[in-house]
Amino acid sequence: MRKSKAVASFADAVRDIPDGATVAVGGFSAVGTPFNLINALVAQGAKNLTCIVNATGGGDARGVPDVGKLVTNGQLKKVICSFTAATRASVVLPLTKYYEAGLIDAELVPQGTLAERLRAAGAGIPAFYTPAAVGTELAAGRETRRFGEREYLLEHALPVDFAFIRAHRADTFGNLQFRLAQRNFNPLMAMAAKVTIAEVEEEIVPMGSIDPDQVHTSGIFVHRLVQLTADAIWQPKPLEVAR
Amino acid sequence: MSERKGLTRQQMADRLAREFKDGWIVNLGVGMPTLCSNTDLGDTEVIYHAENGVIGYGPLAEPGKEDPHLVNAGGQSVTLRPGAAIVNHADSFAVIRSGRIDVTVLGAYEAACNGDFANWKVKGAKGGGIGGAMDLAACAKNVFVILEHRTRDGAPRLVERCSIPETARGVVTLVVTELGLFRPAGKAFDLIEIAPGVGVDEVRAATGCPLNVPADIKRVAMV
Repeated sequence: MRKSKAVASFADAVRDIPDGATVAVGGFSAVGTPFNLINALVAQGAKNLTCIVNATGGGDARGVPDVGKLVTNGQLKKVICSFTAATRASVVLPLTKYYEAGLIDAELVPQGTLAERLRAAGAGIPAFYTPAAVGTELAAGRETRRFGEREYLLEHALPVDFAFIRAHRADTFGNLQFRLAQRNFNPLMAMAAKVTIAEVEEEIVPMGSIDPDQVHTSGIFVHRLVQLTADAIWQPKPLEVAR
Repeated sequence: MSERKGLTRQQMADRLAREFKDGWIVNLGVGMPTLCSNTDLGDTEVIYHAENGVIGYGPLAEPGKEDPHLVNAGGQSVTLRPGAAIVNHADSFAVIRSGRIDVTVLGAYEAACNGDFANWKVKGAKGGGIGGAMDLAACAKNVFVILEHRTRDGAPRLVERCSIPETARGVVTLVVTELGLFRPAGKAFDLIEIAPGVGVDEVRAATGCPLNVPADIKRVAMV
């Protein structure tokens, strides 16, 4: 029987992440965000990291530690993301201050391009062309090519050293299921990474317990699993909605 | 800031939503565009696509009934309609990039009469927030823009050329402000409908580029 990929603690799961590593962090608007792995990396203290994430978030503004906490803890050299500033001018992200002061470098990427660059890395494709950002400041000085009637921008794959993801169910081999909008970037980052670490919401089940037709990410892309316990960080409260 | 005239934000969103056709796949941006999903479309059925891979979401979840795993692009807790599907982020943007979105409704800081618009970076900032806007704007069949007609300082947001970095060029098909409904026409905006209680001269004075106004200009219908 194959050895289980479950590790005992979040600290154990992130212990070997070296300074200078590239870490991708899944999640979209808190859903599917591996808060416990982020928290463990804050405690572990690795520095000069490059972080790939859709949005760095507000630190612990919603009562949970997101990538903003790695920003304010001085662990990041660079962020590759689709937001260096919030969509509302009244909200100031920790990253915005650090980026504007030149303390952290940032590469701002359209969200679909970010997803596809990760997908390409996981699929063995070095680069691709996309129509997004053509004619904008982001495309200035970069290679474009015309196919048919349209102009496209060259984008490169985004390989990852460590991926932090959140899944709903897992078996001991690392086959994963996500629930609803939790899926988002998580399967892409798992495939793009050399080492994928998943925090798992439900009890990790024996290999073979998940119907193969219901596996969203194969265990061949997953290396470590950590079980969420009752005292773990689950989710921030839902956003207040103006009705 | 002068007293606000014309359409409310919900009325602005309603006017755009009334352009949605039966069966359209619709992507709503964060902020004002979200209000389009409140509009009663009668027998017209559309499919709401959220960039985070939720295809076929419905109304906002009732307080206390939120599912912690289900949000729209704005992070709001929503519900699913029958026939909904969940895909990953790459597949969600494959829907967008392959031209399957019939319309995206996006907020903006500026819209230009040549069809350019700007919504990701404010003047003087080093960075900004792009999210999915550049992918959507470059690839949706229609790009509707919803914005206030002027800035808080009274400067026009409907302009000849954007004064801040564009999100995409030449893509905007329809614009609504509190003063009316507009279509980019190259060197001018066509005023298609004007808000009740607003005069054409007021619209001209508030607009930063030429305006084509038909002699028999229609009012925006209040439903």
